[in-house]
Amino acid sequence: MSTPASGLAQIGKSVVIKGELSGSEDLYLDGQVEGSIALKGNSLTVGPNGQVKASVDAKAIVVQGKLEGNIQASDRVDLRKSATVTGDITAQRISIEEGAFLKGKVDIHRTDAK
Amino acid sequence: MSSVTQTFMKLFRGSSGPEAIPAQGSQKLTRRSSGLGELTRSWEAAEDLCVLDLGSTSPANIRHFTEHGHRIYSEDLLTASTDPELLTKDEQGNVILDSRKFLADNLVYPAAHFDFVLCWNLPDYLDESLVKPVVGRLWSVLKPGGMLLAFFHTRDAGPDSPCHRFHIVGADILEMQKIVMRREARRGPTGAVHTAISDGFQLQRVFNNRHIENLFRDFASIKFFLARDNVREVLVVR
Repeated sequence: MSTPASGLAQIGKSVVIKGELSGSEDLYLDGQVEGSIALKGNSLTVGPNGQVKASVDAKAIVVQGKLEGNIQASDRVDLRKSATVTGDITAQRISIEEGAFLKGKVDIHRTDAK
Repeated sequence: MSSVTQTFMKLFRGSSGPEAIPAQGSQKLTRRSSGLGELTRSWEAAEDLCVLDLGSTSPANIRHFTEHGHRIYSEDLLTASTDPELLTKDEQGNVILDSRKFLADNLVYPAAHFDFVLCWNLPDYLDESLVKPVVGRLWSVLKPGGMLLAFFHTRDAGPDSPCHRFHIVGADILEMQKIVMRREARRGPTGAVHTAISDGFQLQRVFNNRHIENLFRDFASIKFFLARDNVREVLVVR
């Protein structure tokens, strides 16, 4: 199970946020967020205690906890075995561990390197 | 086994059935599926298909379809059906599941949305009160000409037939994995949070051919494939 690296922006498990969350750095989220999350060009990790009820737009998204909302990743989505995701996923690549739960669509859009 | 049954089985020998080759690791078996083979032939030249998988979340199935450029929806209806908030009583006071609440939170899609639906063994293990409403909803979300694959146990399978997950590992090859207990908390489109427990589903009934034809009577055509593992594969077309 990945733990946040030092220097990484973090939202601890006791933190509750309602609203629009945006940034230009990687984020480790282990609390509750309701609204929308925009981290274009950066990665979001939803920790094992994370409970997200929001649309997510980021470069890469790793889910270990609960996420309800649509996921838009310009690169990659990783659902770990403890992930519970309800929503549609659009990404270039996806990795789903055995045991992860998904209720929703998976749509892969690859952009060929030129 | 009677001689008539033995003769009947000889007629279908060589069609789909389990290879009984355990996959590496846990309790997994592979089986050849004639129904899946026919579906594969239908979709292999197609592009941008929309597929609905009603089994447990399967990384293999998701990979299989997305690698071919298709969209896949995953929705574990069996686990969803174990939500205790679905329990209600009918007019006679019998405990049933509320099919309207179930369909308010599950299988919520536009009409004529899917090219293929993978039902797997859902009708055999789903609560009686949900089977016909679910099949009715599936008819409406399938495109005209869309196909649905379902597996039904025959009477010879026995009442304790374990419930399996199915993973597509080849054009006509499935990997079967016995379902283990699982607990989930999910929020449906209505906003309510549900806690569902998956706990080794029991075979609810055995359909005969007439029951199956009646269940899918609103569909345009139906095709049966009998397998050696006492499973009847059914392919229906809307």
